[in-house]
Amino acid sequence: MSAFKDLLKQVKAEIRETDADGAQAAAARGAALLDVREADEWSLGHAPGATFIPRGFLELRIEDQIAQKDREVVVYCAGGTRSAFAARTLSGLGYTNVVSLRGGFGAWKERGLPVVVPRVLSAEQAKRYSRHVLVPEVGEAGQLKLLDSKVLLIGAGGLGCPAGLYLAAAGVGTLGIVDSDVVDLSNLQRQVLHRNDTVGRPKTESAAEALRALNPDVRVVPHELRLDASNVEAIIAPYDVIVDGCDNFSTKYLINDAAVLAGKPVVYGSIFRFEGQVSVFRRGQGPCYRCLFPEPTPTELAPSCDQAGVLGVLPGTVGLLQATEALKLLLGRGRTLVGRLLTYDALETSFREYKLRRDPRCAVCGDAPTIREVQDLVWSCHFDPSGKPAAVEPAVVAAS
Amino acid sequence: MSVQVQIPSQLRNFTGGASQVALEAVHLAGLIEALEARHAGIKDRLLEPTGELRKFVRVFVNEEDVRFLEDIRTPLKAGDTVAIVPAIAGG
Repeated sequence: MSAFKDLLKQVKAEIRETDADGAQAAAARGAALLDVREADEWSLGHAPGATFIPRGFLELRIEDQIAQKDREVVVYCAGGTRSAFAARTLSGLGYTNVVSLRGGFGAWKERGLPVVVPRVLSAEQAKRYSRHVLVPEVGEAGQLKLLDSKVLLIGAGGLGCPAGLYLAAAGVGTLGIVDSDVVDLSNLQRQVLHRNDTVGRPKTESAAEALRALNPDVRVVPHELRLDASNVEAIIAPYDVIVDGCDNFSTKYLINDAAVLAGKPVVYGSIFRFEGQVSVFRRGQGPCYRCLFPEPTPTELAPSCDQAGVLGVLPGTVGLLQATEALKLLLGRGRTLVGRLLTYDALETSFREYKLRRDPRCAVCGDAPTIREVQDLVWSCHFDPSGKPAAVEPAVVAAS
Repeated sequence: MSVQVQIPSQLRNFTGGASQVALEAVHLAGLIEALEARHAGIKDRLLEPTGELRKFVRVFVNEEDVRFLEDIRTPLKAGDTVAIVPAIAGG
């Protein structure tokens, strides 16, 4: 008989063993399940609630993980050999109630007992997101959270492009993009996802192509349509965070109302020439967009980007502030812009911050809301420069 | 010492491009009159014909929204900063 077989026989004689049903029953009454296999084995699946310490680290780590020496411990490996040695080691360390799972995890699976496949970063992901993993506020758990997250970008324009670019780079797992426009040559001065050779193609398509090329981990969901009262609720429903990068008041109010009603956080951004505004609107924690601006600016006082012009780099700065807020919301880290309006004046290079409060008279999130379902707001961004008076008060029509 | 008024780019055509204007006033209504006296036409952008602040323009005194202070009657003192923040919708 070989020395190994002698040793194993001797060890098995010194320890106690149980079968898969016994292990499960022990776990059910509060025993610790201890998995002593290697990381690659663990990552393919393990018993629910098990503690993972590869056998090579057992002596070093066990007292940190299972402090109570008289606690019942069921040790398992793949087939029951390594766990037998581990059980003896634990006895040597003073653990008094240790059993080894006969047949190991193989027997556990064969018995049809529950298996958990842990989420871990793949080798490629570990490298791609290594600078995130190194940041304690993100770490591997935070990165996995981002990979599981869903962000909806409304508008693949000046704000949506930089926000989308960095959110995709950061590994936000699902990025929805709403836009009904096609790429125009005049967009390329600031809309950095689009290219000369995508001019004339739908913005959703052009943006999706760029984001997929940057990071194959990201599932890009194009929504090539214009948001309105009939579709907004279904579109936003699957998403965790909405990034408002739209370019008109009708959509801003629509997004706000739908998000308040659905309880979704909105990272708001707007730009005009050299100025930007950023905030986070989140029901229950702070005001909404209507609390800030109960009514949109009348058409004749609010030329859109087409007419007003915008410094190309401005939406880059504002869109990245939005992306930063979105990541913080997803990670649940830091202090977001809830209850604060941040303004940026690129010409002056000044950032200013204002306090925002929930308005108890707000039509959608106030104490007696009058808006209980989403409505389309009729607001045209095309001001007639001939001087004919445009509608000063926007008409509100109920959605059918 | 006077009150500093921050003018947003949308309204800088009234102030000859100036982003800040210094004025003397004891409350917001007086400040808007003083602005109008110096930069005719700007008042109409800030106030409804009724004299109320327009709902798409916010005014903050030292970072606080005047709606949660005394609105158009919010008192001002030397050294205060008044910021005019209009709704914008570019993306």
